Amino acid sequence: MADKLVTRHLNAYFNQTRAVKDINLTFPEGKVTAIIGPSGCGKSTMVRCLNRMHEVVPGAHADGEVLLDGENIYDSAVDPVQVRRRIGMVFQKPTPFPTMSIEDNVAAGLTLNSAGISRAERNRIVEKSLRQAALWDEVKDHLRRPGGSLSGGQQQRLCVARALAVEPEVLLMDEPCSALDPISTARIEELLLELKSNYTIVIVTHNMQQAARTSDYTAFLYQGDLIEFGETNQIFTNPKRRETEDYITGRFG
Amino acid sequence: MAGTVYKESSHAFRKFKSDFMMAVTVAATIVTLIPLFLVLGYLVFKGATSLNWAFFTHMPTPVGEKGGGMANAIVGTFEVVGIACLIGVPIGIGAGLFLAEHRLGRFADTVRFCADVMMGVPSIVVGIFAYAVLVHPMGRFSTLAGSVALAIIMIPLVTRTTEEMIILVPHELREAALALGVPQWKTSLSVIVRTALSGIATGVILAIARIAGETAPLLFTAFGNRFWSTSLVQPIATLTVQVYTYAISPFPDWQRQAWAGALVLTVIVLALELGVRWVTRAPAKAAR
Ligand SMILES: Nc1ncnc2c1ncn2[C@@H]1O[C@H](COP(=O)(O)OP(=O)(O)OP(=O)(O)O)[C@@H](O)[C@H]1O
Ligand SMILES: [Mg+2]
Repeated sequence: MADKLVTRHLNAYFNQTRAVKDINLTFPEGKVTAIIGPSGCGKSTMVRCLNRMHEVVPGAHADGEVLLDGENIYDSAVDPVQVRRRIGMVFQKPTPFPTMSIEDNVAAGLTLNSAGISRAERNRIVEKSLRQAALWDEVKDHLRRPGGSLSGGQQQRLCVARALAVEPEVLLMDEPCSALDPISTARIEELLLELKSNYTIVIVTHNMQQAARTSDYTAFLYQGDLIEFGETNQIFTNPKRRETEDYITGRFG
Repeated sequence: MAGTVYKESSHAFRKFKSDFMMAVTVAATIVTLIPLFLVLGYLVFKGATSLNWAFFTHMPTPVGEKGGGMANAIVGTFEVVGIACLIGVPIGIGAGLFLAEHRLGRFADTVRFCADVMMGVPSIVVGIFAYAVLVHPMGRFSTLAGSVALAIIMIPLVTRTTEEMIILVPHELREAALALGVPQWKTSLSVIVRTALSGIATGVILAIARIAGETAPLLFTAFGNRFWSTSLVQPIATLTVQVYTYAISPFPDWQRQAWAGALVLTVIVLALELGVRWVTRAPAKAAR
């Protein structure tokens, strides 16, 4: 089993403040890795460093290395645009493109990147992605409606479909289920298990059960530090560190 | 603390205060609207009685002769304003996009400051400027000089509205597009500008309405022409200048045509403003 994504001494800053501190983590290929930790501990920031989205924030920068298949994506010769095509992302808040229809939203990554895609191919990918994101049955009769006309939870699944449509190798999900009802959440969790064979998945979650159910590995972050990383089973049944135990049993603080 | 019980008299007094303030605001509104309706009413009255088909289809007659129309000036206004848009809209939107994307920094601050100053410059000054840099070196008045003058007036308006509209686009949308592996420039054009498009279009239409009514800068630049001309390097007639020339003339028939011209101009501007309402309404309905 290969290490798809590896971080080495990864630091992330907002101006002078260091939000992520010297993280060394390994995300094995074809596995789901959960990132847990209290609010504000740097989960989103850390995950955004993995596809070079952190530097998009004004005043933010990162240092250290992130190796994708052994190649450092922070190397000066690497184009961040190419990195992001290989490492897709679903954000905490749903962000459909308001001017685009549902199907255009799903196809956005394809049509904006390569003009020469046939109509039939596009429709096939749209349907496949929407099915994977458990949204197809709800929207198949009005694909031409604006993406913003969906409910919050549907919008989030639309964003999942949009990320899947470009077929990235790694999928970063930042609390993808925080706006979803239990049924859609269950569907997304099923989706994770389905996708695992082809994708490497990193999921940030506040939901311990979700982390325990879906992930193979779990990393616990606290105040920007990586406190503990290991097999999910071990983290949840036999954590080595006191802080981890306190957090997952809800005895924090 | 227990709830206060108001006496009957204080209730009556508060009611009086409320009614009084209401009356004051209604009165202020009426005072504001009276001149508007007087101007519009008088314009429609004088303009409509002076308007005839020949006004749209005929050329101006020789001095002192009755009849004729402003066909050349109507076409001229569209030409001068149209070319001004071709120059001003891309520059304005481009500058606005730049300001929105590089909001901090000395250069952006300078550009923003210049745009604000330019908005305050009297239009006649812009006319003199265009005269100095175009009319004088070329040795004659021209459509091009008029369009450049109007474009200079238009650019800061378009720049600032574009910037405001783009800033309103949530940062998350840009990130969503970038995270799909869409390059920066394409994100700006296909996602950011497109999302802000109805707002930008509104700004552009309002700027067009503004320049369509300009007279002073055209006096030095497009100048006016009693004959048919659509050439870029010849003087050209425009409604505003024609209205001005006819209105101050001693001939009653010309004065009549000035009213007609003023009405046509007002209707054009009004149509543009209605266009704004239409542009801003349509996507709002589709989005929710
Ligand atoms: N744009 C920003 N500018 C400055 N500081 C920021 C910014 N975004 C986040 N931070 C800081 O970085 C730290 C980590 O934030 P981050 O969003 O990564 O937390 P998180 O673990 O994802 O929290 P949550 O679970 O609430 O989403 C926080 O202390 C936060 O205040
Ligand atoms: Mg977060």
